Amino acid sequence: MKRKRTVLSSRLIGRGLVYLAAILIALWILIPIYLIAMAALSPRDVIYDWPKPLFPQAISVETMQFFLNSYQVLPSLRNSVIVALLALVVSLVIGAPAGYGLARYVFRGQDVFRVAILSTRAFPIVILSIPLGVIFRQWGMYDSLISVALLHVAMALPTTILVTSSVFMGVSKELEEAATVFGCNRVQAFMRVALPLALPGLAASAIFTFVLSWNEVFAATILTLFNRTLPALMIVQLDAAPVAFRFAGGFFILIPAIVFMFFIRRYLFSLWGITLK
Amino acid sequence: MAEIRVDSVRKTFGKVKAVWDVDLTVHDQEFVVLLGPSGCGKTTLLRCIAGLERVDQGRVFIGQQDMTDLPPKRRQIAMVFQSYAVFPHLTVFENVAFGLRMQRKPKDEVEKRVQSAAELLHIEELLERYPAQLSGGQRQRVAVARAIAVESLVLLMDEPLSNLDALLRLEMRAELKRLLREIEATTLYVTHDQVEALSLGDRIAVMEGGQILQYDTPLNVYDKPANLFIGGFIGNPPMNFLDGEVRTEDGRVMVRTGGGDIYPPAEAGAMLSQLKDRSVLVGIRAENIETLPAPAEDALQATVLVVEPLGSHNLITMQLGPERIKVNTDADFQAQPGQALWLRLTADKIRWIDKASGRALHYD
Repeated sequence: MKRKRTVLSSRLIGRGLVYLAAILIALWILIPIYLIAMAALSPRDVIYDWPKPLFPQAISVETMQFFLNSYQVLPSLRNSVIVALLALVVSLVIGAPAGYGLARYVFRGQDVFRVAILSTRAFPIVILSIPLGVIFRQWGMYDSLISVALLHVAMALPTTILVTSSVFMGVSKELEEAATVFGCNRVQAFMRVALPLALPGLAASAIFTFVLSWNEVFAATILTLFNRTLPALMIVQLDAAPVAFRFAGGFFILIPAIVFMFFIRRYLFSLWGITLK
Repeated sequence: MAEIRVDSVRKTFGKVKAVWDVDLTVHDQEFVVLLGPSGCGKTTLLRCIAGLERVDQGRVFIGQQDMTDLPPKRRQIAMVFQSYAVFPHLTVFENVAFGLRMQRKPKDEVEKRVQSAAELLHIEELLERYPAQLSGGQRQRVAVARAIAVESLVLLMDEPLSNLDALLRLEMRAELKRLLREIEATTLYVTHDQVEALSLGDRIAVMEGGQILQYDTPLNVYDKPANLFIGGFIGNPPMNFLDGEVRTEDGRVMVRTGGGDIYPPAEAGAMLSQLKDRSVLVGIRAENIETLPAPAEDALQATVLVVEPLGSHNLITMQLGPERIKVNTDADFQAQPGQALWLRLTADKIRWIDKASGRALHYD
């Protein structure tokens, strides 16, 4: 009886510790986000208040307005969107067929190929961007949105390939075979059956690329001069900018990442082998 | 509808000979079952006919046309898959209509043929639903409806009932038989379930190790298995095989087995007396053994080990000399373990098998 109780209580304590750790990690991430969001949505004079109020006193769009109307913010926002969309399309056009190939065909050196795909991420952006900057300058592509997008594609491609391959693995091969039996050729079977079924997963992978490009600072800073993306602009101006600008900019860049997380949770989990109940 | 002809087809996967020099002809409107244990190559053969696998060698004809190098869509086949392969993103209606839409049939004809296929399978109520909202048995019906809606030359079925639970399988089996007779389809049906094969097929092709061992009617496959493997694989319980030794006394051929003598019919006797090593396996089914409570001429004495009442009959396991034998008796037959009984093997039902090769000795 007593033993039973100690086993039970030690299990309870173990559980409690897991929850405690989870709560601490969550707070570690959520508190800064909360503070940034609060500052970004407060009037400018409140930002300097000390001690900080725990809850917003007055919600206002004044700070955000100030940020968006600042010099170069809107053009660089446009640049960011263009670069991210370009990166999204190109990485999907290259990555999804590669992922499909990995999922459907058995070929010699498949495992090596998988690792090789990931190994491109072994080169830090720092090492990639500077020589690329030199090459882009020689080719007359320096300070162009295309060159930034291409580098973002290179960064996103490994995940795109691996995520799409796991998405296509989730689409049963027999479904495509059934389609070919009932009158499709390989391409039609893909378009009519595999693609519609894979679409949510492909969308998740696309959003992943979008956010990666949206958040990327270093390469964008190195490869551009006047055509800055939003993070590149921010990093350059951060020192000189007023606090309100920093909070508003931080919050603005944060939003897509958070929204995206809710969208692709399920697909990331299925990629990692966790199922949400 | 049309006939299927497979001409010395080979298919290997690396070093594995999945299908090895197989010849098979399925006549127009015939229902042929490919039966065999898992890994015997039956599904591979079906997929070669469907065009889902390329053959290494040999030819595949459907309706006199050489289809060997054509993709599945041009073979005019329909197929039911083991996993049903019902498209999850399409409604039941669109699933059944899929093949017709690919053939660009006019709208009212699609409508008409989907309706009649749905009626045949009793899924008219489900046409607007998605597969996720259906039970396994209903999805199975959708898969069959999709296959018959295209009115193809031949119908291929890959273990279509194996994912259903036992009761549903029984029901679907009878319904499939009725349905396929009704639409007069040429059907090739793959299964590992011998009961399914016996009950459905006009003919059964028993496969093992990538080859067809016997291709005959269900009754012949059951009564006259071509070899030891088939006798043991088909039938529940499997065929009994007893060691026998052929002797000739006063010009009469007899076989010594289970501690007694049995007298083969004249033709079999003539054949057995020609055997060089004089040893033979006596193959006999449980229901072809007569159980007697007292000694009788040409009956072998056995001891009861286990009695299993099965409702319609009793299955009795007995010790016969050094071997065990399974015997069917009437349901009201009384026996106790340890009791002695006398067995008479129905002589003309015995399958004589060459011990060295495992092949049946033919005399008819």
